[in-house]
Amino acid sequence: MNAHNRTLLTVICEAALEHKLEADLKNLGAPGWTLSDARGSGSRGVRSAGWDTDGNIRLEVICSREIAERIAEHLQARYYENFAMVCYLAEVEVLRPEKF
Amino acid sequence: MGIDPVVLFFVFGLFAGLVKSELKLPPALYETLSIILLLAIGLHGGVELAEQASAALLGQSLLVLGLGVLLPILAFILLRGLRFDRVNAAAVAAHYGSVSAGTFAVVVAYLAAREIFFESYMPLFVAILEIPAILVGILLAKGVSRDTDWKELGREIFLGKSIMLLLGGLLIGAIAGKEAIKPLEPLYTSMFKPVLAFFLLEMGLIASGQLGSLKRYGFKLAAFALLMPLIGALIGALLARFMGLSLGGTAMLATLAASASYIAVPAAMRLAVPEANPSLSLTASLGITFPFNILIGIPLYLALAERLIAWGF
Repeated sequence: MNAHNRTLLTVICEAALEHKLEADLKNLGAPGWTLSDARGSGSRGVRSAGWDTDGNIRLEVICSREIAERIAEHLQARYYENFAMVCYLAEVEVLRPEKF
Repeated sequence: MGIDPVVLFFVFGLFAGLVKSELKLPPALYETLSIILLLAIGLHGGVELAEQASAALLGQSLLVLGLGVLLPILAFILLRGLRFDRVNAAAVAAHYGSVSAGTFAVVVAYLAAREIFFESYMPLFVAILEIPAILVGILLAKGVSRDTDWKELGREIFLGKSIMLLLGGLLIGAIAGKEAIKPLEPLYTSMFKPVLAFFLLEMGLIASGQLGSLKRYGFKLAAFALLMPLIGALIGALLARFMGLSLGGTAMLATLAASASYIAVPAAMRLAVPEANPSLSLTASLGITFPFNILIGIPLYLALAERLIAWGF
C-alpha cells in the first residue's frame, strides 16, 4: 500500500458557529471537510443537542500540516474566548494525496 | 371552564423533566411540530387577512414596530437597575423585547376555546416584533461597532426560521384564499390543538432543564423574569387599546409583549454578542417567563384586557 501523510484537524464546537466556520475554512484554503452533529459534556456544561442553540457540531478536515496549523491558529484567536470549542490535530495516512 | 388540556401537557412535561424521567422526545419531532405550528398560524392569518385587509394596518404595524424598540430598552434599564453588567443586560433585554411564537400559539388556542374574536393579522405582528429587539440589543451591548458582521447577522435575523415560516404561511394563505385553502384547513382547526399539546410537552421538558440552572443565577434573574412580562403586558395592552383592537386582540398583543424569545434571539445574539452568557437569557425566558405566561400570564392578560375595556380605555 502506498500511503501518504496528511494532518487531520478535528473541531468540536457550538452549532451556532457552523456558517462562520465554513466561511473561514473556505478562506483559509481547506480542500474539503465533513460536518456532523455531536453531543457531549465539557467545561461549558452538558451540550445535549436537544436544542438549536444547545447543539454541537464536529468538523473534520484532512489537509496539509501547514493549512491545518493556519486554521487552528485562526480558530484559537477568533473563537476560543467566547465559544465552547475544542480542536486538535492528528497525523493520518491517506491513499490519494492529490485530494488533500 | 376547566384547565385547558394543552396546558396540562406542559405541566406533565415540566414534571417529567423535574423528576429526571427517561422521557425524551426526538429533536426532529420538536422541529417538525414547531414548523407545523408556525405555518398553521401564518396560513390562518393570511386567509383572514385577504378578506379584511385595510390601510389602518400599516399604521398599526408601525406602532407595533415601535413597541419592539421600546420593550428591550425598558428591559435593559430594569436589568441595569438590578446590577447586571452591560453586555448580559443587553442580551437578556433583546430576548424580552422579542416574542415567543410558542406562547402566541397557546394564546391563539386559549382565545379560540373561549370563542373570543381576535384580529386575523396578529401573526404579522409576531413577525414584526421578532426583529427590532435583536438590533436594539446589539446596539445596547456594543454601540455601533465596526466588527459586527451585519451581513451575516441580517441573514440570521430576517431569514430566520420562524419569520420565514410565519410570512410564508401568511402569503400562501392570502394568495390562495378561503375556498382554495379548505383542504389544508385542519392545520389550524382540528389539528392545531393536538400538535400544540405535543409541542408543549416537549417545551415542558426543555423548561424543566433550564430551571435547574436557575439556582446559579439566583433571585435577581427570577425577579426580572417575572416582573418584565407584567410590565410588557401592561404596555402591550395599553397600546392595543390605543390602536382600537378588540378584546381578543388586546389580550393577544399583551401576551406578545409579555413573552420572551427563546429561538430566534439566542441564535442571533450568540453570533453578534458572544461575550454574553447565553444560559442567563435562556434560563430566564425558557425556565421562568415561558411557564409563567402559559400557566398564569395568559388568563391574567385576558382579565387585564377586559378590565381596561370596562374602564373605557
